[in-house]
Amino acid sequence: MDAFLLQVLSGLATGGIYASLALAVVMIYKATHVVNFAQGEMAMFSTYLAWQLIQWGMPYWGAFFLTLAISFVGGVAIERIVIRPFESHEAELSVVTVFIGLFLILNSLAGWTWEYTLKSFPSPFPAEAYLGGYLSGHQAGLFAVVLVTLAIVYAFFRFTPLGLAMRAAAENPDSSRLVGIRVGWMLALGWGLAAALGAVAGIMVAPLVFLEPNMMGFVLIYAFAGALLGGIDNPWGAVIGGFAMGVLENIMGVYVVGTELKLTVALVIIIGVLVVKPAGMFGRTVVTRV
Amino acid sequence: MKLDWRIAGLAAAFIAACALPFFVSDYRTFQFTLVMVYAIALLGLNILTGFNGQFTLGHGAFYAIGSYTAAILMAHYDVPYWATLPAAAAVCLLAGFLFGLPALRLEGLFLALATLSLAVAMPSILKWKGIGELTGGVQGLVLTKPDAPFGLPLNQDEWLYFFTLAVAIVMFVLAWNLLRGRVGRAIVAIRDQPIAARAMGINTALYKSVTFGVSAMYAGVAGALGAIAVQFVAPDSFQVGLSFVFLIGAVIGGIYSISGAVFGAAFVLFVPHISEGISRAAPQAIFGAFLIVFMFVMPVGIAGFLRLASAWARRRIQRSSPVRGEAS
Amino acid sequence: MRSKQKWLGGFAAAIALALAVGPAQAQKKYGPGASDTEIKIGNVNPYSGPASAYGSIGKGIASYWKLVNDLGGINGRKVNFITLDDGYSPPRTVEQVRRLVEQEQVLLVFQSLGTPGNTAIHKYMNARKVPQLFVATGATKWNDPKGHPWTMGWQPNYQAEAKAYAAYIVKNQPKAKIGVLYQNDDYGKDYLKGFRDGLGSRAGSMIVKEVSYEVTDPTVDSQIVTLKGSGADVFFNITTPKFAAQAIRKAHEIGWKPEHFLNNVSSSINAVLKPAGFDASKGIISSLYLKDAADPQWQNDADYKAWLAWMKKYNPDVSLIDAFYVYAYAVSSTLHQVLLQCGDDLTRENVMRQAANLKNIQVPMLLPGVHLHTSPKDFAPIEAIQLGRFDGKRYVEFGDVLGQ
Repeated sequence: MDAFLLQVLSGLATGGIYASLALAVVMIYKATHVVNFAQGEMAMFSTYLAWQLIQWGMPYWGAFFLTLAISFVGGVAIERIVIRPFESHEAELSVVTVFIGLFLILNSLAGWTWEYTLKSFPSPFPAEAYLGGYLSGHQAGLFAVVLVTLAIVYAFFRFTPLGLAMRAAAENPDSSRLVGIRVGWMLALGWGLAAALGAVAGIMVAPLVFLEPNMMGFVLIYAFAGALLGGIDNPWGAVIGGFAMGVLENIMGVYVVGTELKLTVALVIIIGVLVVKPAGMFGRTVVTRV
Repeated sequence: MKLDWRIAGLAAAFIAACALPFFVSDYRTFQFTLVMVYAIALLGLNILTGFNGQFTLGHGAFYAIGSYTAAILMAHYDVPYWATLPAAAAVCLLAGFLFGLPALRLEGLFLALATLSLAVAMPSILKWKGIGELTGGVQGLVLTKPDAPFGLPLNQDEWLYFFTLAVAIVMFVLAWNLLRGRVGRAIVAIRDQPIAARAMGINTALYKSVTFGVSAMYAGVAGALGAIAVQFVAPDSFQVGLSFVFLIGAVIGGIYSISGAVFGAAFVLFVPHISEGISRAAPQAIFGAFLIVFMFVMPVGIAGFLRLASAWARRRIQRSSPVRGEAS
Repeated sequence: MRSKQKWLGGFAAAIALALAVGPAQAQKKYGPGASDTEIKIGNVNPYSGPASAYGSIGKGIASYWKLVNDLGGINGRKVNFITLDDGYSPPRTVEQVRRLVEQEQVLLVFQSLGTPGNTAIHKYMNARKVPQLFVATGATKWNDPKGHPWTMGWQPNYQAEAKAYAAYIVKNQPKAKIGVLYQNDDYGKDYLKGFRDGLGSRAGSMIVKEVSYEVTDPTVDSQIVTLKGSGADVFFNITTPKFAAQAIRKAHEIGWKPEHFLNNVSSSINAVLKPAGFDASKGIISSLYLKDAADPQWQNDADYKAWLAWMKKYNPDVSLIDAFYVYAYAVSSTLHQVLLQCGDDLTRENVMRQAANLKNIQVPMLLPGVHLHTSPKDFAPIEAIQLGRFDGKRYVEFGDVLGQ
């Protein structure tokens, strides 16, 4: 029983990684109703920027917030320049293709600029470990950051007029325009915020998994699975889903299917959720009228 | 007039294709064989995503299944290479259809996500020790290239080239036949106006699943041919990047056309060789840049562009020359 | 008068040289890729894709040949090093190697990296009789002179290393309870096999837990937790650098202090032990055959100084303690030695003959006591295992050099 609990705890720690990226995924989805395949690469690229700033001598928190700002601007720019022309298209083909293009460009740009060797990333949290060492200081810090970010995102969408405007723009662009909402800028803002959230995720995750261009590749799949599981339009759901994904993956890996098939577990969850209950555990079910 | 040109063009291409191996090195023949293999795979992708509107990022997974089917049959059961093709086709048709069933409920980006996960998970499935005996696990399976039959004076590369050419022609004619008839129109109708199509009595669920199966079948046949050409299969041969490469080829070649598959295949095979000279990271970045640029400028791909260009050229010619039948 | 003497002396030397070169010219033999002025060497490396971290090796090798060319080349011939990316995908490896052999017409293919890629070209290279020399993998199957006379490995093979650990454990801790963590691919399984073989009949009773991980896993924390829970007091850690660092750190955090054997692949002080934490890494045993550039004991060593000078001049942007560049330097020196031995007979057959004729050669950056040795029956150039225990700063060697 003890061993089981330890695996759960270890799963929660990994789940923290997924939850942080899942928040960025949910942010983009809520703001634009689009699933961004390049989210992980954007987060990875932001993390490299932070790393570079720290290498150049900037203190950690300075680099952290500056990177967030740069990522925000970058996200807005990407939306305005690259994504905008395809937003009105019905065909998802264009949008997804552009995402894949973005993915490839960011990945190779990072590799070309910073090489592929592993880099350590500093952690701002104290090094002591908790719970008999099963939860490291950084992992605890990661939990705290995820929860704080979650609270901010939730409050933003629920209580601020801007958040309401963004939700409206994504839900019903035409009506929103009639009410005076600048839909185009709402979408751009959504991208900027998601890019910033991605940067937070990357910076928090890098000390655990080491910084390299392929750092976020597979984490993204697990993050998607978590976000879908929890409800892709619900920040709370995404975080719970992310943690659940970590625990599930661990438990399934150790006790059920073997550690080889963890990705298959994610695959099954993604397809299962989408087919059986696309809204996930906590999302809202959408009914389309013909 | 139009029909004559196209037939002449195809005939010329066919003659050139047949003559090719005798004028270039074995290495180039091998490369062109791979181009045809990819073209078959891309044709499957075009049918599913271009013509039927179901977005798949998992095409590489079915290519892998086809490769492994051929490899397992050849390595463990001594099945002759040509017999593995129908086997791979059947396995993938079934696999694609089965995957297409739950996929019916998924639209657009979510279907893309589901298929992407399939592609990402495929190498680990192939490595699973439960089927390790059959698949060779991480070590993979080594195959032997066939010699030319009936004592024909062709070496292995040349024979495989002609074999692949024959299979490719069959697959392309099959697709052309499929798409220009009622079935083709139904498939396209489902893409453009799914609700109206259903209202008109088309069984969209059946069509979509079967199209998924057919697309997977094309990938499977291509995979089998690819396995024979490379003489090796391993889980690492089928990473998620392969599905990306297929998407790139389809989009750049022209995802709404049949001929696009050939242009796309040539692009994804040869461009990395050219861009390697610039920098190591260049091939991937160039693929990404091309994807985005093409979406902006030429979403119909090279094939679409050529079609538009030839239509424009024809209109110019008609305008400048006197209308026939009015000769005086 | 002096100048006339000099002139005569010079003339005599020129005649002597002409006489020397004259008959020798008749002995020059060239295979594809070799000529009076150049030697073409082919290579494939993963510069993109999941294994792209290993692309550093290809870069290191390329800069070694730059040094050689700047110093005049090999027997007066410049090295034309052609390296291509295969993205760690076997079909691409096949394509690129065929290009090197059939289009670029290289003399040999050197240090192709990765077991899957090398497996894919194994038959082809031997059928075409092209040297597949000093492959960059420790898999045991490359030492097969009878079946594959054109393929040769270089680094100590994984199974031999694992057997050395097993022998040590059997001798010093016969009652040990062993936990193993391994990467679920050919490399991990090769180590595991050697380890189990080395333990022999005791494998079943001594190994209490074997856990694997995939390269797609974000961390191996869960596996370490499992291993601690199994009660193991000896840990055989078969992981690549990123996961090795994670494993060492996690074990330390949860207070698990087994006798820790770390595979050589991840023994690098800079790439693994530093990120994991030097405190956490104290006591780790690994096997070594190369000098670690981060080890202070080599500061005044002549080899190290030459290597450092090369790094500073030809690889100015690279960390001066990067183990991949030590590896690249040593393995390229080995090929350098082989080509020097070839003299003017630069055919593929002679390249293999000379590669199989390395008699106790020491190349730079090999540990003292570790030599290259090959023969027509023995295609494993380095078989020496020197165990070392990390003391927080460097590996302290102990025991004899095994396997020579």
